[in-house]
Amino acid sequence: MDRTVRYVGSPVPKKDSMALVTGKPVYTDDIAPADCLVVKVLRSPYAHALIDEIHTETAGKVPGIVSILTWKDVPKKRFTMAGQTYPEPSPYDRLILDRRVRFVGDAVAIVAGETEEAVDKALKLIKVNYQVLTPVLDFRTAKDNEILVHPEDTWQSLCPVGADNRRNLVASGVDSHGDVDAVLAGCDYVIEETYHTKANQQAMMETFRTFTTMDPYGRLVVTASTQVPFHVRRIIAHALDIPKAKVRVIKPRIGGGFGAKQTVVAEVYPAIVTWLTGRPAKIIYSRYESQIASSPRHEMELKVRLGADKNGIIKAIDLYTLSNSGAFGEHGPTTVGLSGHKSIPLYAKAEAFRFAYDVVYTNRMSAGAYRGYGATQGLFAVESAVNELADRLHMDPVKLRELNMVREGDVMPAYYGETAGSCALDRCMARAKEMMDWDKKFPARDMGNGKVRAVGVAMSMQGSAISGVDVGSVTLKLNDDGFYSLMIGAADMGTGCDTTLAQIAADCLCCDLDNIIVHGVDTDVSPYDSGSYASSTAYLTGGAVVKTCDTMIKKIMEKGAEYLGASMEEVDFDGKRVYCLDGSREISLRDIGNQAMCNNGLALEATESNTSPVSPPPFMVGMAEVEVDMETGKTELLDYVAVVDCGTPLNPNIARVQTEGGLSQGIGMAMYEDVTYSAQGRVLEDSFMQYKIPTRQDVGTIRVEFESSYEKTGPFGAKSIGEVVINTPSPAIASAVAHATGVYVRELPITPEKIYKGMVEHS
Amino acid sequence: MEIQLTLNGKAVKDQVGADTLLLDFVRKHGCYSVKRGCETSNCGLCTVLLDGKPVLSCSTLAARADGCSVTTLEGVQEKAEAIGRFLAGEGAEQCGFCSPGLIMNVIAMEQELSEPSEEEIREYLAGNLCRCTGYMGQMRAIGNYLNRKGEEQNG
Repeated sequence: MDRTVRYVGSPVPKKDSMALVTGKPVYTDDIAPADCLVVKVLRSPYAHALIDEIHTETAGKVPGIVSILTWKDVPKKRFTMAGQTYPEPSPYDRLILDRRVRFVGDAVAIVAGETEEAVDKALKLIKVNYQVLTPVLDFRTAKDNEILVHPEDTWQSLCPVGADNRRNLVASGVDSHGDVDAVLAGCDYVIEETYHTKANQQAMMETFRTFTTMDPYGRLVVTASTQVPFHVRRIIAHALDIPKAKVRVIKPRIGGGFGAKQTVVAEVYPAIVTWLTGRPAKIIYSRYESQIASSPRHEMELKVRLGADKNGIIKAIDLYTLSNSGAFGEHGPTTVGLSGHKSIPLYAKAEAFRFAYDVVYTNRMSAGAYRGYGATQGLFAVESAVNELADRLHMDPVKLRELNMVREGDVMPAYYGETAGSCALDRCMARAKEMMDWDKKFPARDMGNGKVRAVGVAMSMQGSAISGVDVGSVTLKLNDDGFYSLMIGAADMGTGCDTTLAQIAADCLCCDLDNIIVHGVDTDVSPYDSGSYASSTAYLTGGAVVKTCDTMIKKIMEKGAEYLGASMEEVDFDGKRVYCLDGSREISLRDIGNQAMCNNGLALEATESNTSPVSPPPFMVGMAEVEVDMETGKTELLDYVAVVDCGTPLNPNIARVQTEGGLSQGIGMAMYEDVTYSAQGRVLEDSFMQYKIPTRQDVGTIRVEFESSYEKTGPFGAKSIGEVVINTPSPAIASAVAHATGVYVRELPITPEKIYKGMVEHS
Repeated sequence: MEIQLTLNGKAVKDQVGADTLLLDFVRKHGCYSVKRGCETSNCGLCTVLLDGKPVLSCSTLAARADGCSVTTLEGVQEKAEAIGRFLAGEGAEQCGFCSPGLIMNVIAMEQELSEPSEEEIREYLAGNLCRCTGYMGQMRAIGNYLNRKGEEQNG
C-alpha cells in the first residue's frame, strides 16, 4: 500500500487539548489520592557543611507526623539523578540524604506527615548541628582546589569522561581537527574574547511533583511529572537499592519540562517514604524550592579564538569551555560537549578547530538539562565572536555567514564527521533577511529622539536524538471494530507528541486520526523509550511509528489473506480493507478486528524500536531588532524574526508554537533572567519576584517561518524542533545592542546597567 | 471559622483556618482547574473571579470570600470550551497548565474592556505568565476569539 500524506504537515489540534483548556484534573497533583502523606524536605542553610548531629525526636512527636528520615536512614549506594541512558555519563555522586551537604538548599531530612501544617511544624523542630566548611563558590577556582566538593571514596564515574573527584572535575577533554594554532597564526584577523552565560531556570509553570503508592503486588508505583519515565524507574531502583522489577512509573499530563524534568529532582523523596511506610505520599515543590534546589542550565565561561582571512573566510575556531556543574554532576559531562559540537560545525568549512573543556564541581545548586543543553551557551560565544569578526572586517554579518555557513552536503568535522544531509540554512538566511528588511535596517538607525534602533543576527543548530544511544519505541494494537491503540514510550510534556506521533501513524495506516487512540507512558505497559529529551521524539520515536506501522500492515494483510483464503502475494491493504488484487474478494479492517477476537492465533500487535547512527541537525536563523535609549541603556526588543529548517514540520501549529516559545525563553535568557548568589552561596532569585521570566509585554513581536529541507532518515522527512529554537536570541540581541551602542555585552543577561556602563567606558 | 459562599453557583459552607488561602479552599472543593505556579502573586495561574472580578486565589484568604460568589473554570465550562477551542486551534495551549488562569482572565477582560486593542490585551493579561508558547499563539487565539464574537454580534 502507499502512504497518504493527509495528517503529516497538517495543523490538527492536540488530542488532549480540550481537556487541558477546560481545566480537567489531569496533572499529578490533581490525581493524587486524597490520603497521600505530605512530604517535604529540610534544606541546608550552608553551602558546605557536615552534619555533626541531627535530632528529630521532638519533631517526630508533632501529631500527624509519620516519618522523619535523615542520612542515617537511607541506602549508602551512590547514584545519579540524571535521566540518561545507562551507564550514565553523569557521575554516581548522590545519596538520597548525605551527611555532607553541598549547597544552600541541599537535602538534610525528609519529613512525611498527614497534614501540611504538621509537616511544616516538624521541619522547624528538627535540630541540626552543622560543622560549617569553607565552600568552593567560584567555578574559575574549582579545578584542583584544595577544598573538595566530593572527597568520598564511594564516588564513582561509570564512563570515561575525564572525571576526577579529587580534582573537582566532573569531566574534562579535548577534541580537534587540523592544527588550530598554526592556522590561527596565519590568519589576517583573530577575534579572541571570553563570554559568560549564566544559570537559567527552566521555570516550567508546573513545578516538580510526584506521588507514590504501593500496588497489590507489593510494587512501588511512582506517578511523576517527568520527561524520562524509564530512567526514573532505574534511578528510583538505584536510589532505594531495590530491584527495578519493584518499580512502576506512570506519566500523567505534564505542565512543562524544558529539560528540568530530565533529572529526577523530586521523585526519590516520596518514593522512599512510601517504600518504608507502605503509605501513599506526595511531594509538590514550591516555586521557591524549584528556584533554589533544582536543575538549571550550566553556567559556562567560553573563551573563543576565531580566525579569518581578509576576505572574511573563517579558517579556524578554538573554543575552551569551563562549565559549572554545581554540587552534583548531573548532565555535566554531556552538556559541555554540545557547547562545541553544536556551534563550531556551523562553520564546517574552517580548516581547523579545537574544542577543549573542563566541567567542575562547586558548592552551588546542581545544574542539569535545559533546552539547548550546552549548545545555547556555545552558540552565544561562537555566534557573538562571528558578529564581532564581521564588525572588525566592516562586513555585513549576513554576508560573512553567507560566505562561511555549512551547506547541504558539507562534512562537519566538529559534528562527529557527519554530513549535513538536509540543510536549508542558506534559504533560512535569505528569507529572514527579507522578513526583517535587513538591508534597510542594518546596522542601526538613529530615531532622532535619543533612541537608536539596530539589528543583529545569529544562526543555530542542534541535533535530532543522541546518535547510537537513544531508543524510540511504540506499540500498535488493532482492536475490535478496527481501531488502533498506539502505546507511546516517549513523554508528551505539553509538546504534543501524543498527537504528532498519531498523525504519522494515521498516514502510515491510511486511516482517520480519530481511529488511533494514544496511551502515554506507563513503564508496565509502554515499550521502552529513552524519553523526551535531546530533541529525539519527532525524529526517533516518529521513525519507530513508521517501522511499527509497516509491521502492523504486514500482520493485517496476513490475517486478511487468511480470511479471504488467499496468499499474501494476492492481496493488498488500503487502510480500510484487505482485498484481492484481482478484485474478487475483500474484507474490511473492522471485520478483521472483530473476527480476530475469536479462534485466532496471530496477535494483531506490533512493537518496533528505532535508533539512529546519525543525529541530523535542524538549523535556523534568528534576527533581532532592538531600540536602545542612548541615555540610560534601556533596551526594548521590537521585533524578532526566525526562519527554521526542521525538515518536514509534522504539525505546523505545534512547530510554530514550539519556535515562538523557545525564542521567548531565549529572549528571557538574553535580557532578563539571571541566577546570582550571595557571598555565602544563597540563590538570590528565589521566586518569580526576582527571577523575571518574560511577560507578554516583554517579547516584542515574534515572527516565525519555515524553510524546510527533507531529511531522508527521518519520518516523512522530519528532523527535530524542540531545542534549536532557543539558541539565537542571546547572540542576535547582543549584536543588535552592539550595533546601536558600540558596546559588546559578553556576559548574560544583556541588561541596561551593563549597556550603560559600557557606553560610559566607550565614550 | 465558618464561611459561606457561592462556588460556581452552589452554596458552600465550610470551616476554614484564618490562614487558609482561597486557592487551597477551591481545590479542596473539587475545582482542580485552579493551579499554583508560584507563591508570590506573579504567575496568574490561580486566577478566579470573586464577585465577578479576577483575583489571585493564592494571595486571597478564603475568609475574604465569605459571603461572596466565587467562579472557577469549572463554573464556566461553555465559555472555557469556546475560548479554549481557539487556543487549541493555534496549538497555543501547549502544556495547558496556565490555560485555566488565562481563560479566567480573558473572561474578566471581556467584561471590563470593549473592543480592546492588542496593546490593551497585552497589558490586561500581562500577569498571566506562560513558559511554553512565547505568547504569540495565545494572542492570535484571543484576537480570533474576540473578532469572531464581534462578527457574530454584527451578523
